[in-house]
Amino acid sequence: MSEVRQTSRRATLSARLGPRTVGLATAIGVIVLIEILIRIGIINRFIVPLPSQIVGALPRIIAEENVLHRFAQTMEELLWASLLLALTGIALGALLYRFRLLRAACETWVAALAAAPIVLMYPLFLVIFGRSATTIIMIGFAAGLAPVILKTLEGLTRTRQVLIDVGRSFRLTPAQEFRKILLPAALPSIFVGLRLGLIFAMINIVGVEFLINFGGLGQLINELAERYDLPATYGAICFVILASIVFFDITGRLERWLRPNE
Amino acid sequence: MGAASGTRALDVEHISKRYASAGGPVTAVDDMSFDVGPGEFVSIIGPSGCGKSTLFNIIGGLIGDYEGRVAVAGATISGTHPAIGMVFQEESTFPWRTVVDNVAFPLELSGVPKRERLERAESFVSLVGLHGFGHRYPAELSGGMRQRVAIARTLASEPRILLMDEPFAALDEQTRLLLGDKVLQIQQQLRQTTLLITHNLTEAVQLSDRVLVMTYRPGRLKRVVSIELPRPRDSEVVSSAAFGRYVAEIWQDLREEASRGIQEDESRVLQRGRGK
Repeated sequence: MSEVRQTSRRATLSARLGPRTVGLATAIGVIVLIEILIRIGIINRFIVPLPSQIVGALPRIIAEENVLHRFAQTMEELLWASLLLALTGIALGALLYRFRLLRAACETWVAALAAAPIVLMYPLFLVIFGRSATTIIMIGFAAGLAPVILKTLEGLTRTRQVLIDVGRSFRLTPAQEFRKILLPAALPSIFVGLRLGLIFAMINIVGVEFLINFGGLGQLINELAERYDLPATYGAICFVILASIVFFDITGRLERWLRPNE
Repeated sequence: MGAASGTRALDVEHISKRYASAGGPVTAVDDMSFDVGPGEFVSIIGPSGCGKSTLFNIIGGLIGDYEGRVAVAGATISGTHPAIGMVFQEESTFPWRTVVDNVAFPLELSGVPKRERLERAESFVSLVGLHGFGHRYPAELSGGMRQRVAIARTLASEPRILLMDEPFAALDEQTRLLLGDKVLQIQQQLRQTTLLITHNLTEAVQLSDRVLVMTYRPGRLKRVVSIELPRPRDSEVVSSAAFGRYVAEIWQDLREEASRGIQEDESRVLQRGRGK
């Protein structure tokens, strides 16, 4: 019996660690490959620095460029943008689901918004919100809004009719139907939308920080690029990737907490 | 034919339902009348497309705009009613809730305190034979187990009438027979008034006190067969000679209707083909 338990524990552990190990090995493999390609001259080292140089630059940008503080700044902006995205995007998606006319009128516009280069509208946001973190947050929010709305709408629309009928048979009020059936049924799709929204928000937040030379990692990348300090620039980009990983991990945990069976 | 006057749990009187379609109005159910007595198990059987599910939705209150009257204990109802609990043909458990949380759902809606509702839900989980599975999610269960969760959830709302629409349709024959046993056992234990919509002959005879046979489109009541098999029953009953006679008797009526249904479907397809 204990042998069976041990085998099953081993199987669970390998199922959990397997993908992570493969992922890490792939990343290391790609980095080593880039290092080799640069060293043998296939990739120009004046455009792409050696990965070993980037790693070597990390202590320097931590100590001299205050990267951790800037990382925290970008994370804070992303956090506010994602909260706004979740609250507004889910509410608007629910509104489009509830009112068919509104949906017919707006769905195409919302889809078009997803393709719009919001970041190019930064002068307008600067006029409205000034050269501040609010501008950066609002651009991130506007850029990530469309996928959250569309995926929320998709999740609600795809809720199986029989689940809605169960709710009706128990005489749920519309609010109860939304809270107890529609929303939990749509959660997987909503989280897909949130992740997409976060990607758009992240790109735009760092992009605007870069463009208006204000705030966190984007501003740092701007400054380092101006100095043509390529290893440090790429090092700072690594922190942007780290911010994405942290947020994806948080949303993944949140989803598993809300839908533990998924 | 039916329960004695004044003791009826459910009355269905002159129910008709018409739908608008491209080819003009279609009558799905036409002048259906019957009743179900307290504690009685009645099945409605008919060929596919005879309007059984329409009738299920009308009685359950999910479809409005019909002619006729549905009454619970003599009082006319419109829309969904707390006395009627519905079990659906499709898999209808909430995948994000555990078995016990699924079953506790109606109790949660009634505001029963958490501890009490979980205790009561556990007792219904045990009643449908799923003791020990309370903290599993539906995705971890088989189709038959999930359907038992749906039945337990409906029973937890303590309906006076249990209305089931082909709840075992998606299951294999053996599971269907064994689940039939379970339903019989529960029905006999709770003296639960039950109306079962089905297209399965053996299921109808195995479980019912009366079987109502419907015609193919438009769905009308063709015949009522009283099943005089002894109770308590279980799936052993299917091997008895009397069971076979009932099945043969109902099949005679059903075969006519099913053949007519197939012929009409074929001629509709041919007409559509010519129209093109």
